Amino acid sequence: MESIGVLMACPMNSYLEQQLEKRFKLYRFWTVPDKSSFLASHKDSIQAVVGNAGAGADAELIEALPKLEIVASFSVGLDKIDLAKCKEKGIRVTNTPDVLTEDVADLAIGLMLAVLRKLCESDRYVRSGKWKRGDYVLTTKFTGKKVGIIGLGRIGMAIAKRAEAFSCPISYYSRTEKPEIKYKYYPSVVELAAHCDILVVACPLTKETHHIINREVIDAMGPKGVLINIGRGPHVDEPELVSALVERRLGGAGLDVFENEPYVPEELFGLDNVVLLPHVGSGTVETRQAMADLVIGNLEAHFQKKPLLTPVV
Amino acid sequence: MESIGVLMACPMNPYLEQELHKRFTLHRFWKVPDKSTFLTTHCNSIRAVVGNASAGADAQLIEALPKLEIVASFSVGLDKIDLAKCKEKGIRVTNTPDVLTEDVADLAIGLMLAVLRKLCESDRYVRSGKWKKGNYMLTTKFTGKRVGIIGLGRIGMAIAKRAEAFSCPISYHSRTEKTETKYKYYPSVVELAANCDILVVACSLTEETRHIVNRKVIDALGAKGVLINIGRGPHVDEPELVSALVERRIGGAGLDVFEHEPEVPEELFGLDNVVLLPHVGSGTVETRKAMADLVLGNLEAHFLNKPLLTPVV
Repeated sequence: MESIGVLMACPMNSYLEQQLEKRFKLYRFWTVPDKSSFLASHKDSIQAVVGNAGAGADAELIEALPKLEIVASFSVGLDKIDLAKCKEKGIRVTNTPDVLTEDVADLAIGLMLAVLRKLCESDRYVRSGKWKRGDYVLTTKFTGKKVGIIGLGRIGMAIAKRAEAFSCPISYYSRTEKPEIKYKYYPSVVELAAHCDILVVACPLTKETHHIINREVIDAMGPKGVLINIGRGPHVDEPELVSALVERRLGGAGLDVFENEPYVPEELFGLDNVVLLPHVGSGTVETRQAMADLVIGNLEAHFQKKPLLTPVV
Repeated sequence: MESIGVLMACPMNPYLEQELHKRFTLHRFWKVPDKSTFLTTHCNSIRAVVGNASAGADAQLIEALPKLEIVASFSVGLDKIDLAKCKEKGIRVTNTPDVLTEDVADLAIGLMLAVLRKLCESDRYVRSGKWKKGNYMLTTKFTGKRVGIIGLGRIGMAIAKRAEAFSCPISYHSRTEKTETKYKYYPSVVELAANCDILVVACSLTEETRHIVNRKVIDALGAKGVLINIGRGPHVDEPELVSALVERRIGGAGLDVFEHEPEVPEELFGLDNVVLLPHVGSGTVETRKAMADLVLGNLEAHFLNKPLLTPVV
């Protein structure tokens, strides 16, 4: 398979890069000085693209690669791939579901605890020597807080299961109600926001869910509400969120994703009611290895004409 | 009851102070310039002492207060009270169990997530602008890690319940095996440490449990092991822990308590595998109010000759 050209969209994982290089002819798109010349010279040899949450395969790239057969994403999110165009051209698409569910759910709970109990702030307080001058402020209890989840897929359900162990009543919003589930359903995000203490974004990013957290939802959450975003930055109207936090119209936020990563609005840096993480949702050694193996497994299956492991299209 | 003298050992809660001041003659011990003279002058009017995790009623104080009838602690821990002396003199002792169980258990899980997923470190990474130069390192998955609990009382059980939601296998050590629980029992702390990934201290501090986490236990926990202390500082041989962390003989630690609060060993400040909190285990608005009400309720019950709410002695 060493003659099969695989285009890696951006740096994502050294182990994955190594393995792709061993098995295929790997092209590292980010090291190419002139991308259009490169595509013009190599278009007949590239049969696969490997993308992630940062970069994938948009319509332009797909059109430039007439021999493209498969796009394997090193992520579960598919928002960087033009799925319609892939379907149209018979290009297969795979992602990395399940293997990262637990890590992302763990992080969501970690963010909730970190925001409500001000873990990062109080760790800073100790390291700065301030504890010698006085005790830290009182924070707010996590157990029993109402958790509202937008999107009750694999990740949403895993978050719910964990939050239930803290006696958190669970409610949710999704495109359709899930009658088999005992959690309370709200038919709109605004109603969900008005009835919970902690609102979590756990749905895929699509045209419909872009800015699903907008001014109206933020207002419904209120000055004690806490937003947790482990989805995608564009799920949230970021300028609205920032002004709500700065003006204390919103109680707090735990954010793992931002609209223009790695840029994070600096107005947030001075706030003590936010926790800001550099998109580490699935960022553990164990999970990234499992994700890489899934990407490689899908590519091998495709080129050996076997059934794909985790196909989306 | 305004003539009843109540001695408050140290500052602990403004609401509690206010309420005690309203109902009794409150003496604030920390404001007294000459403590022995004060005790000599007031020894016949002080009938109650209110203590907490930092200061309570030792043998010396008890001997100095011949009219002392009750010691009400604003804590569940009793290590600052000479229980034997209280028993000997027929002095009642109360604490604040149950109302703080959930907050302390929440904090234990928060510390586990913060240490394993380096939440505080990655929040610092974002705020320092480093994310613009590269992604944060990979951390280690929390779900499925083996959690070993020293002390399976109210708090230990609450921690176990939460950790189970993250599919963590639970094991424990306590003075006697608890046959009614399904968790795996280890007859010694060293064996427990050798067989878990995250070791949590959740037992009371007594003569027997002082330095229960010592060099031997730290060695058994090993280079990937993580220690979580939400008990009392003296549960851990602190110098041994610090050198193990600095020399990377242990994987990490999440500490809410220290041997000489508010002093924290500064060698820990430069480490990225520790989370240091200023004894905030029960430090939420909701819980401290409930604890204060329990202290007041116990004192009132005693002086009205009614049954105590949460007696220990």
